[in-house]
Amino acid sequence: MLPFLARRIGSLAASLIAASIVIFLVIEVVPGDPASFMLGLNAAPDTVAALRESLGLDAPAFIRYWEWVTGMFRGEFGVSYTYKVPVGNLIADRVWVSLPLTIYALTLSTLIAFPVGVLAAARRNSPTDVSIMGVTQLGIAVPNFWFAMLLQLVFAGILRWFSAGGFPGWDAGFWAGMKAMTLPAVALALPQASILARVMRSSLLDTLGEDFIRTARAKGLSRRQALWRHAIRNALIPVLTIIGLQFSFLLAGAIIIERIFYFPGMGSLIFQAITQRDLIVVKSAVMLLVFAVILVTFLVDVTYAVADPRLRRGRS
Amino acid sequence: MSDMSLNSRPVSGVIGSALRSPSFMIGFLLTVLFVLAAVISFVWVPYDVTVLNIPNKLKAPSLEHWFGTDIFGRDIFSMIMVGARVSIAVALVAVGIGIVAGVPLGLLAAARHGSLLDEVIMRGNDLVFAFPALLIAIMITAVFGPGAINAIIAIGIFNIPVFARLARGAALSLWTRDYVLAARVAGKGQARISAEHILPNILNLLIVQGTIQFSLGILAEAGLAFVGLGTQPPLPSWGRMLAEHQTLYALAPQTVIFPGLAIVLTVLGLNLMGDGLRDIFDPRLRRAR
Repeated sequence: MLPFLARRIGSLAASLIAASIVIFLVIEVVPGDPASFMLGLNAAPDTVAALRESLGLDAPAFIRYWEWVTGMFRGEFGVSYTYKVPVGNLIADRVWVSLPLTIYALTLSTLIAFPVGVLAAARRNSPTDVSIMGVTQLGIAVPNFWFAMLLQLVFAGILRWFSAGGFPGWDAGFWAGMKAMTLPAVALALPQASILARVMRSSLLDTLGEDFIRTARAKGLSRRQALWRHAIRNALIPVLTIIGLQFSFLLAGAIIIERIFYFPGMGSLIFQAITQRDLIVVKSAVMLLVFAVILVTFLVDVTYAVADPRLRRGRS
Repeated sequence: MSDMSLNSRPVSGVIGSALRSPSFMIGFLLTVLFVLAAVISFVWVPYDVTVLNIPNKLKAPSLEHWFGTDIFGRDIFSMIMVGARVSIAVALVAVGIGIVAGVPLGLLAAARHGSLLDEVIMRGNDLVFAFPALLIAIMITAVFGPGAINAIIAIGIFNIPVFARLARGAALSLWTRDYVLAARVAGKGQARISAEHILPNILNLLIVQGTIQFSLGILAEAGLAFVGLGTQPPLPSWGRMLAEHQTLYALAPQTVIFPGLAIVLTVLGLNLMGDGLRDIFDPRLRRAR
């Protein structure tokens, strides 16, 4: 287990370094100088030069890269060009909207997909299975932002159970926050739950065809017992992979859904920062999202290795 | 990775089973419907989508305007026809980028399996995978500004690792085959074996995956256009039609429902066609499922 972990942590670090270089380089070639952008069109050239110096923009690229990366380790992300507040604080405020939304949606997706997938596999080719497959096929095709608008139309516009948008903040209480997040989370979760349910079903069907299930049935277990005691556990590995991948989809999806519900999350922070050329915010916010995705992939890999010792020998 | 080459059948058999596969036929018809709408829109649309007619805005569906009119008085049915062009073109080119760049990389990685090159290609793929497509698009937009071309690049970049992985995985299992060994004995180089023996045998897989990436591309393009990073006015796009009427859904539901349905039906069609093709190319899978 230890060599596996060491190798995996090594590749985690390598991915993070590579990702940070890519992000830094992309932001580096953005046209438009932040200093002249902040000072407006009529600024004198020496004023712009002075601001560039005070922002540290005149240093060579590799020094600025080094300071950015080491700063992140110290929890210092620099100061936003437009808001004049530490980028760390800006991001911290927004993360507490986007991350809970993503986790809420991931939980919903898993809670819906699991029983639906098991039911479809257990009643394979029955009318139940056929309708589940039909509905999930449709669910995959529905864009989450369109679904979000339909939910708003029905549950906020017609039924008035939820408000159509806005986030009261966690200060308003846990349940008020969760209630505000419910429609966005459902909009994010249902299309992903369709994918997950299909994966759960096909993975379970593969497992049910294995010899050890026949053995379990032969030693006298009922279909149901064989399903619960042996099949589901073994079917979970592909399902776990998809859940890991979905985290990244949901995090990116949250950026769009937040706009529809006017949520003050990472999405609105990044979009505003881009239009205001507040590149120091874009750089760190994107890095944080990529970090989250790489970290989740890492955790999924480690979880596999714990669950299945055969996988510790490295992937083919 | 499943090995479809064993099950290749004569073309007439493939067409026959295509006609008998309901999911392929429904998917195929839906896809043809939207491709036709896009093609016809070049020569004829019911109403000119570049002409604003404000007094005629937000009309409910009628015989005159089948899907009603939008906030600027434009005919929604015509806009969906023209929007199909953008969606299909963006997704198609993005799939093309993925195949043209990804497949050779995957074949190269498989041919040099275990080498440093293989490792570099695969880790590069992992890196691209770590950036959700939307983030790639946001960063490209930050640099070059929004537009259809940048949306294509963003979605295309995301497609490269998908095809590279698929090609590598499928090619690896073929490299152990006797006919590949025979080709090596005959003195053929890695590039020639990849092109002449490996590629034709993974074509089925690539077609199926291409269909699926095509549908994901349609969804991604709509998402980018929705947040203002995709196609810019005046060219209509399904995603932007939704964004423009985001606050009007209660007043004029048709402005939101029809463009959304267009996206859903196109994606559904492509997915059904992909599923159907997979079953047709590999009958073993159909029995197993």
